[in-house]
Amino acid sequence: MSFIATPQSMHFAEALALQSGASIRDYTLAYETYGTLNADKSNAVLVCHALNASHHVAGVYEGQPKSEGWWDNMIGPGKPVDTNRFFVIGVNNLGSCFGSTGPMHTHPDTGEVYGADFPVVTVEDWVNAQARLLDCLGIEQLAAVMGGSLGGMQALSWTLQYPGRMRHAVVVASAPNLTAENIAFNEVARRAIVTDPDFHGGHFYRHGVIPKRGLRIARMIGHITYLSDDVMNEKFGRQLREGMQLKYSTQDIEFQIESYLRYQGDKFSEYFDANTYLLITRALDYFDPARQHGGSLTQALAAARARFLLVSFTTDWRFSPQRSREIVHALLENRRDVSYAEIDAPHGHDAFLLDDARYMGVVRSYFDSIAKEPT
Amino acid sequence: MSDHATMQAIARRVPQGARVLDLGCGDGALLDLLQRERGCSGYGIEIADANVLACVRRGVNVIQLNLDEGLAMFADNSFDVVLQIDTLQHLRNAEVMLRETARVGRSGIVAFPNFAHWPNRLSVLRGRMPVTRRLPYQWYDTPNIRVGTYKDFEVLAGKNKLRILDAFGLQDGREVRRLPNARAGTAVFHFEHD
Repeated sequence: MSFIATPQSMHFAEALALQSGASIRDYTLAYETYGTLNADKSNAVLVCHALNASHHVAGVYEGQPKSEGWWDNMIGPGKPVDTNRFFVIGVNNLGSCFGSTGPMHTHPDTGEVYGADFPVVTVEDWVNAQARLLDCLGIEQLAAVMGGSLGGMQALSWTLQYPGRMRHAVVVASAPNLTAENIAFNEVARRAIVTDPDFHGGHFYRHGVIPKRGLRIARMIGHITYLSDDVMNEKFGRQLREGMQLKYSTQDIEFQIESYLRYQGDKFSEYFDANTYLLITRALDYFDPARQHGGSLTQALAAARARFLLVSFTTDWRFSPQRSREIVHALLENRRDVSYAEIDAPHGHDAFLLDDARYMGVVRSYFDSIAKEPT
Repeated sequence: MSDHATMQAIARRVPQGARVLDLGCGDGALLDLLQRERGCSGYGIEIADANVLACVRRGVNVIQLNLDEGLAMFADNSFDVVLQIDTLQHLRNAEVMLRETARVGRSGIVAFPNFAHWPNRLSVLRGRMPVTRRLPYQWYDTPNIRVGTYKDFEVLAGKNKLRILDAFGLQDGREVRRLPNARAGTAVFHFEHD
């Protein structure tokens, strides 16, 4: 049983200029904090979330014993990121669907629900929004910014946008940009949503419907890419859902894996917003700090001042170790402090959310060393 | 070979403030020493999870990498000194890694167990592979995939056109400069490339 977490929110009246040239005003960020900010405000750790997660990083909600945060195994009292020593902040990103302002909220200019009119937000925009929240919390410099996958991209972007505002960056199972194959998976997911007759060009709220079919398929394809072939074989293999006899049906569920994917898809379509899915996958696609530097990641990372810990997982083919090595290489070229652990784990991309003694051990040791250093 | 006297003997070869790459850095003790006592900076390379963890715990930069995959991540002459301390005997292709060491570092320091040390010779004369403090493994159960001698390395360094800046033996933490091939359990070579 974990500790009790309490969601909070902060309203921002002033417009935030976005990378696209658009801006957003009168928005709210949902966030949670764990632990205590020390007197010199030097022990704050910002945790950035990935595609379908939120500001609820750790702990459980009052009266909901099964509501553990998405990184509850990593963060909390006595955990690798120990909230007895660190003040941890989780923020729900703009455009998400867990409390911060998103496409399901009302556009202050029109009085209508944003829907498809919600501005396109980028990793850089999220970082700017998070920085504003830190301003309000009175935190000038983070001990560390950390995240996995898309969260890792935010952590990396933090070190480039606000190089002086953190001492360490912990980037797990991430990449300096998406490969064509990765963008392709996102595009399939988006097409599934956009072509759902219930999508209505993104204005489905007006019609009182939800494009659940599209969301289900988007989740199914995403889920496949988060696992490894090995783990899927081990978990499901060619097991049939019922009995030993083939049904010779093209449309009924036959194999266990089909049943599992449909279950995951159904669950997801009940709580996730379709426009949010489009926005967040687009933010993933757009992230590419090297782009402004003629494709040179080394030049892009020249701005970074933080010390880095990078972690990747050998069976992660969506954010492969090679992609983390590219970041390590660029940091080496810039003579930055960096440590890199390549964890031999079977679970594919999902490994960054799971318990693995080596993974947890490295993160714990890294944060132990942060706690010991003079500030 | 992590005893303090031996580490100090290696550390003395590393210039103050040098940028160091330590190939097969183990638990990071040597890099830690170089950082604290000689103002050096740099990175260790390790493959073993436990060693990576130990380095992170010490606050030593470590990169988890299999050296047999090469040093493609590192640019030519990007370090003042590249260390290969007790690493050579674990590598599939020691010559390739020696060339890589010379390419990446302005100079290299290689240390390894010298198989021509007299107790080893005596043991082989008796017909048995040695089991000593320096080579503590049975021949059928050892992490060392090769053994070599001080003289062997001189030949390999010559073949690869490395300029030897200094070479000596180490025995019980002391430098052995007279007949090191027979009198020292550890061979140490400090070299640079043309």
